[in-house]
Amino acid sequence: MKRTLENIEKQFETFQILNEQGEIVNEEAMPELSDDDLKEIMRRMVYTRILDQRSIALNRQGRLGFYAPTAGQEASQLGSHYALEQDDFILPGYRDVPQLIWQGLPLYKAYLFSKGHYIGNQMPEEVKAVSPQIIIGAQITQAAGVGLGFKKRGEKTIAITYTGDGGASQGDFYEGVNFAGAFGAQTVFVVQNNQYAISVPSEKQTAAQTIAQKAVAAGIEGIQVDGMDVLAVYAATKEARERAINGEGPTLIETLTYRYGPHTMAGDDPTRYRTEDTDNEWEQKDPIVRFRKYLESKDLWSEEEENEVIEKAKEEIKAAIKEADNTAKQKVTDLMDIMYEELPQNLQEQREEYAEKESK
Amino acid sequence: MAQMTMIQAITDAMRTELGNDENVLVFGEDVGYYGGVFRATEGLQDEFGEDRVFDTPLAESGINGMAIGLALTGYRPVPEIQFFGFVFETMDAIAGQMARYRFRSGGTESMPITIRSPFGGGVNTPELHADSLEGTMAQMPGLKVVIPSNPYDAKGLLIQSIRDNDPVIFLEHMKLYRSFREEVPEEEYTVELGKAAVKREGSDVTLIGYGAIVHTALKAAEQLEENGVSAEVIDLRTVSPVDYDTIIESVKKTNRAVVLQEAQKQAGIASNVVAEIQEKAILHLEAPVLRVTAPDTLYPFTQAEGVWLPDHTSIIEKVESVMNF
Repeated sequence: MKRTLENIEKQFETFQILNEQGEIVNEEAMPELSDDDLKEIMRRMVYTRILDQRSIALNRQGRLGFYAPTAGQEASQLGSHYALEQDDFILPGYRDVPQLIWQGLPLYKAYLFSKGHYIGNQMPEEVKAVSPQIIIGAQITQAAGVGLGFKKRGEKTIAITYTGDGGASQGDFYEGVNFAGAFGAQTVFVVQNNQYAISVPSEKQTAAQTIAQKAVAAGIEGIQVDGMDVLAVYAATKEARERAINGEGPTLIETLTYRYGPHTMAGDDPTRYRTEDTDNEWEQKDPIVRFRKYLESKDLWSEEEENEVIEKAKEEIKAAIKEADNTAKQKVTDLMDIMYEELPQNLQEQREEYAEKESK
Repeated sequence: MAQMTMIQAITDAMRTELGNDENVLVFGEDVGYYGGVFRATEGLQDEFGEDRVFDTPLAESGINGMAIGLALTGYRPVPEIQFFGFVFETMDAIAGQMARYRFRSGGTESMPITIRSPFGGGVNTPELHADSLEGTMAQMPGLKVVIPSNPYDAKGLLIQSIRDNDPVIFLEHMKLYRSFREEVPEEEYTVELGKAAVKREGSDVTLIGYGAIVHTALKAAEQLEENGVSAEVIDLRTVSPVDYDTIIESVKKTNRAVVLQEAQKQAGIASNVVAEIQEKAILHLEAPVLRVTAPDTLYPFTQAEGVWLPDHTSIIEKVESVMNF
């Protein structure tokens, strides 16, 4: 039995391209990215780190509502996103707002989502995505369905979905990857293993040594990636996407990453379950620091460029929070009008009552 | 016109819509090659191909989650849950997800999904096959819940459900599948959702029910007629939203009502109907509105169905109580 496990684990060694010193350690896996691409990826990571810092601050001031911090996961979130095309469909978890923003969701809408306003969930026509999923695992079965839909229509697009290490314990996680395998759905499943599901460390989720190996249960390809290495995450996602649109089936990607902040801003205190040593260890792996070193070694990045991105982010955030603040308040009749295509008898009656109240 | 059982009418409705709209997909456990455990989808895979009518892995949550994903890519899924007692496996996909999608997307996504599922007692099924769980569905904003009682309605309501752009739970009472035939038009037609049918006109008391108990009510009404009581029988056809206009109109005429369901007293939707009648027609009532239901135990072991399920004598007793109040 032990031998079987060892054999399986050997198949899932961590895929890395860029080490912590910003050196290429796996030249042959190096993805084809132009200098402009590399710079754009860096801009997005820096921007998203600032977005996280500002979002935490705005939450503390009471100007934002629900917020799940993203610092530390920039390579995992944005490296995988950068491998997508505009028509690919994103089914995000609640921490995956950055991917939506870089797909084209206006920032003020992301803030309205945080504050709890339906307009924040209205995706622009060109953004093929649904709003962040709160029920952990639900996005996984749905992503299997979207990926099957693309296959049936013969479209060269994929569904991509994200969950965390805790999420991989859900029944819907297994059902989703298994359905996708059975139907050959054009779906890429990303498990962002950020080591903790709120306070529970990933070792307590499963005896499996990797989450990537759970792909074996579905009979699909699985890969474990250094989730602090944006080039490795990009390369793995790009390859999984190619395989999906070429009819070779779905892939499960596990990214080993870390959230520097709390689980959410709703009172979670990570100092109660994480040690300073663990935090420090992961800070050494910071995806932005590592990628900055790499770009600087190629003479592609400067402090000046970084400051420009930071200033731009701050300005856009300021404008977005203002626009969110200025959005018209929700009325009960608005909520009724988005329930059904045609209002049923009970809601017609109630709508009259509320329209009357609202007219006063 | 053709003589059809309810199950044939249901197959005919799916055949009609598979033919009308290439986005309609029929899938579930054993619905493809085998044609369904009740033959509801018999012949459909042969006629429309595996791309349109197909089997799935055995996982109810996966089936409905996949239906949501297919709807997000423009399909019109008609998944089947083999028995509605298995709905607990997929409550999130139904109530937590598809019921909410239009709302949670601020009206930008729709879920034109029709979940078909058999339920209902009196046919000696094993555990968790016959339970009446429509009450759980009727409590979920965003869903519509349809329960036909005859072949004609089944076809028209199912075609209308499939065409509806919001999720519909279409519950098929197993005892009605082959218990009788009736004339069903071969061409397509629809029956509006949310509209009840007056199955029998009467002037003394209104009996309101849905599913198999409608037939029990008609049988009771015949016997009551012999005792000089004229009962009006209303078949709700849709239990969410309920057609209260038809009910209130009837109660204003008869001044008495009894609400009937096969579900337990604490379940089903009878309490909603009673509440609405007392809100809207209390001054027209000569007696309290009573309920005929199953007792508040779990669904019985097979051999106890006969003493547990509400029958026509329990209806007659309640009618006599309201007549003599």
